[in-house]
Amino acid sequence: MTEKPKVGVYVCHCGINISSTVDVDAVAEFAQKLPDVKVARTYSYMCSDPGQVLIKKDIEEEGLNRIVVASCSPRMHEPTFRKAIAEAGVNPYFLEMANIREQCSWVHEEIEEGTAKAKKLVSASIAKVRLLEALETKEVEAEPAALVIGAGIAGIQAALDIADAGFQVYLVEKTPSVGGRMAQLDKTFPTLDCSACILTPKMVDAANHPNIELLSYSEVEEVNGFIGNFDVRVRKKARYVDFDKCTGCGDCASECRVKDRIPSEFDQGMGKRSAIYLPFPQAVPAKYTIDAGHCLYLTRGKCGKTPKCQEVCGAGAINFEQEDEFVEFKVGAVIVATGFDPFDASRKPEYGYDDYPNVITGMEMERLVSASGPTGGKIKIFNGEEEIEPKEVALIKCVGSRDSSVGNEYCSRVCCMYVAKQAHLIRDKLPDANIRIYYMDVRAFGKGFEEFYDRVRRENVRYIRGNPSEIFKRGNKLVVKAEDTLNSRPLEDEVDLVVLGVGLEPRADMRGVMDLLRLSQSPDRFFLEAHPKLRPVDTATDGVFLAGCAQGPKDIPDTVAQAKAAAASAMIPLARGKVTINAQVAVVNEATCRGCAYCVNICPYTAIEMVTVNRFGNEVEVARVNEALCKGCGSCSAACLSDSIQPKSFRDSQILPQIAALGVMR
Amino acid sequence: MLMSSEIQTFTEKYDLLGCIQCGRCTGGCPVTVRANLNVRQFVNDAYDEDKLEELARLAEIWDCTACHTCAVRCPKGLKPLEVLIGLRTMIVESGKVEPTVRDALQSVLLEGNPWEKSRATRLDWMEDLDVKIADPDEPVENLFFVCCTIAYDPRVRAIARNMVELLNKAGVDYAFLPEDESCCGSEVFTLGEEGLFEMQVEDSTEFLNEYQAGRIVTLSPHCFTTYKTHYPDLKSPVIHYTQLLVELLNNGKLTWKGELPKKIVYHDPCYLGKQGNIYDEPRELLKSIPGVELLEFERRRERSLCCEGGGGKMWVESESKKERLSETRIKDARALGADVVAVACPFCVLTLEDSMKGLGLEEEMRVVEIMELLGELMEK
Ligand SMILES: Cc1cc2nc3c(=O)[nH]c(=O)nc-3n(C[C@H](O)[C@H](O)[C@H](O)COP(=O)(O)OP(=O)(O)OC[C@H]3O[C@@H](n4cnc5c(N)ncnc54)[C@H](O)[C@@H]3O)c2cc1C
Ligand code: SF4
Ligand code: SF4
Repeated sequence: MTEKPKVGVYVCHCGINISSTVDVDAVAEFAQKLPDVKVARTYSYMCSDPGQVLIKKDIEEEGLNRIVVASCSPRMHEPTFRKAIAEAGVNPYFLEMANIREQCSWVHEEIEEGTAKAKKLVSASIAKVRLLEALETKEVEAEPAALVIGAGIAGIQAALDIADAGFQVYLVEKTPSVGGRMAQLDKTFPTLDCSACILTPKMVDAANHPNIELLSYSEVEEVNGFIGNFDVRVRKKARYVDFDKCTGCGDCASECRVKDRIPSEFDQGMGKRSAIYLPFPQAVPAKYTIDAGHCLYLTRGKCGKTPKCQEVCGAGAINFEQEDEFVEFKVGAVIVATGFDPFDASRKPEYGYDDYPNVITGMEMERLVSASGPTGGKIKIFNGEEEIEPKEVALIKCVGSRDSSVGNEYCSRVCCMYVAKQAHLIRDKLPDANIRIYYMDVRAFGKGFEEFYDRVRRENVRYIRGNPSEIFKRGNKLVVKAEDTLNSRPLEDEVDLVVLGVGLEPRADMRGVMDLLRLSQSPDRFFLEAHPKLRPVDTATDGVFLAGCAQGPKDIPDTVAQAKAAAASAMIPLARGKVTINAQVAVVNEATCRGCAYCVNICPYTAIEMVTVNRFGNEVEVARVNEALCKGCGSCSAACLSDSIQPKSFRDSQILPQIAALGVMR
Repeated sequence: MLMSSEIQTFTEKYDLLGCIQCGRCTGGCPVTVRANLNVRQFVNDAYDEDKLEELARLAEIWDCTACHTCAVRCPKGLKPLEVLIGLRTMIVESGKVEPTVRDALQSVLLEGNPWEKSRATRLDWMEDLDVKIADPDEPVENLFFVCCTIAYDPRVRAIARNMVELLNKAGVDYAFLPEDESCCGSEVFTLGEEGLFEMQVEDSTEFLNEYQAGRIVTLSPHCFTTYKTHYPDLKSPVIHYTQLLVELLNNGKLTWKGELPKKIVYHDPCYLGKQGNIYDEPRELLKSIPGVELLEFERRRERSLCCEGGGGKMWVESESKKERLSETRIKDARALGADVVAVACPFCVLTLEDSMKGLGLEEEMRVVEIMELLGELMEK
């Protein structure tokens, strides 16, 4: 330590947030008397411009070289004050914040208690600030490319924006085609644009863009590194079809021996496909894929004399010897756009979804009304043996949403509107049907939503306020057992067709991506953003961003908006070409490190590796920290038996005096 | 969260403010087709403390069968039926209850059963049987708790008697509780005698914890669910007998003599299915009988129709003249062409059989508890 510490202490009123339960003047007066404290002041809003000027002025006039700000959580304003003192020529890491708001004024009711605790917190910060070391902020180069995982509308939009800005994009999609759930929708609320018409051009653009490398039927296997420098490894699953030779003519599928026998995922199992297939006519890329789980040749080793597809393919594209391939590349940022799963209606057995073919989900309804769907857009159901047009149709909202009995407390945000949309589409096709929607609330919050809801009601769609409890069958009718809560009348409503407005759930397979990128889940189990308001597309892993339903249920407009936001955020490091790395990282004292590697296993960010060094003529193993990966969490330091690894700014020699100054808290 | 020591208001106790008035409770309530009960309306109206007494005087609070459909369906975790029970409590505390209810509660307090039978005769059902009686000093894997109704009502006694024979034959490590065994309080709870129920929970927990049981095996789903949900301090896990029998079945320890060429339909008791989540075991047992053709009701499993036997309905007659649910059930079974309606609950036997007789179907049909049937098929 070169110069003697000269500490300035600034106690914030935070309007009345702090000053109503903490006597701020008393705290400043108390601080003034502590060792090395040169100045102690209070101010109404320290974070405001005049508040910052106050500190800068004192630094100039009083020669302060250490600053303590007693205000809110460092999560809020640490960067603000670091910047302010750096501007006045003090190393930005010569700052300590005492959180006398969240940890003090907001949790105490009595001013005496609040003030006493604030004094302790301030004296602890003063004890530590005197012992801090000056740190340097470093920068490393950033790779001007991005990885986008998932090619639904979110992933496609994000990829297009980044590519249009001139950066390389790797767009990885798990299934054989891009498009995601939106590709399955018929028309979209509230404007009733045909989903395929607005989506297909974007799908094609994404595939043809010179800056986008589309890796369909692929999965990310490994991501190493850190913001600006991620090393990615992707598995391209074998399609058993030569990608370059396949012309997409479809002769193979029409000849396949299991043609029309395999439930089509795209048609929600209502339509059938072959073992070699294109998921849907507009699929991108328009290349066929063999479903290894259903292909006779691949499952049994034999398909007639020779596999039919091989026989008929004029391009000679079928290749049963094909194996998975791996590609590796480097990117500066990652966008997770893996989307959602529709709620599985079997989990509400009271609705009889598993028992009754005429109880269908909203996703199935989308396919049923679609002109390209399994019925060519005709709404037909079986009434016993006979095929009929349903006369009595009920739609039920909030199936699997807002429902703690299935563990989903959240609102799925799209069902109110898609159910209204489907009622409209049904009305279009069945002018004489009696259509009712069972609801508990109508959440028509988006642009044009309320107007759409108004329109649908006037198309003679009855809204009955009550969430049904049960569905069972009586003769050929489905009985919806409910209560009309507006007139307190229990009902047994006999209908022909029930549409369950299933909600949106986190993907069942999200764990893989979570582990790859060290992401967390919010209480609703969707991916957790870094801050719900101020960093809604960022994650706790620098350089990794979220877009679309992976982060929470949303409609297409919100999905696209978020995708554009994620793209813009991801482009910051790409455009700068450099990233700043955290200065408060762990360092190893190589002279005392025993090489046990405990820390290597404990580090949640895989930031530590073992290296061989020469110690007095002996080759020994010691730990070394990759400063770009280290988050300064200190887990290593807690595990180290010889106290050889310590996070800067949180060394034992700095935090033990801080703790000591707290004394015993009452 | 309030500490239990603080006095809760009615609204806090039943989390009335958690309700979003969605109507799933009333929508699912089976008795709405014959009684005037609208449980959601009660959840809504009970918020007004000044109205509670008036609400408690409404006759329909006694129509609830405690099937718990409302609670299972509620998306916000409320137990709407407990609002009705809370209102019943107000009536019970004021002493203005039906004499039948008063006598049943009195009997629980004095004799440990609601059937006005003497405690001294609790073990009479064991007559002529070789039964192992539990001893606190001896560890036992399966400690049996016999329901009051099974112990005293000759119609369903066979459940326990056949069980003993089956256990002896299969060589199971078991013991039955001695005569100081007391009512689980299922019906005391639903009749609203809160104080008595609290006492029962305390006393029975202490009594049962004296034994070193691997698990407690209950014969009635009412005891099963009551122990599981209202006895947090029991040392041993609680199971229903059908779970134990399926274990024995899978270990090859149960064999049946001859065939039973009958069409059997199984009725899911609310306390075992909806509340206890046990749907498969009783069906597996029935399917294990050679010759049996197992039928299913349209309204089965999670959608089973209540028989109206619970919720204290054994002691409170409904005023409704409309068809009883147990009658609907028997008619449905008849339409399916069932020879036998099998259940796994003593209350369901009593209500369904009553309706079956009322409909004059004694010749064509039979209502049995699974244990009765298995007893007849056991190789002795
Ligand atoms: C029945 C129904 C009707 C709807 N109707 C409308 C409507 O009318 N209007 C409207 O605005 N919104 C509607 N929505 C909402 C709309 O579907 C969503 O907003 C939209 O699909 C979200 O897009 P996404 O890209 O976030 O997710 P998704 O569409 O789910 O796309 C995610 C993509 O990521 C891929 N993927 C997942 N995991 C991985 C992985 N690990 N690796 C690689 N790829 C992966 C998936 O295969 C998929 O292609 C409706 C939703 C439903 C359920
Ligand atoms: S089901 Fe629950 S939330 Fe819905 S009305 Fe009944 S008590 Fe209220
Ligand atoms: S317990 Fe059953 S009978 Fe009672 S209110 Fe609830 S659903 Fe109705």
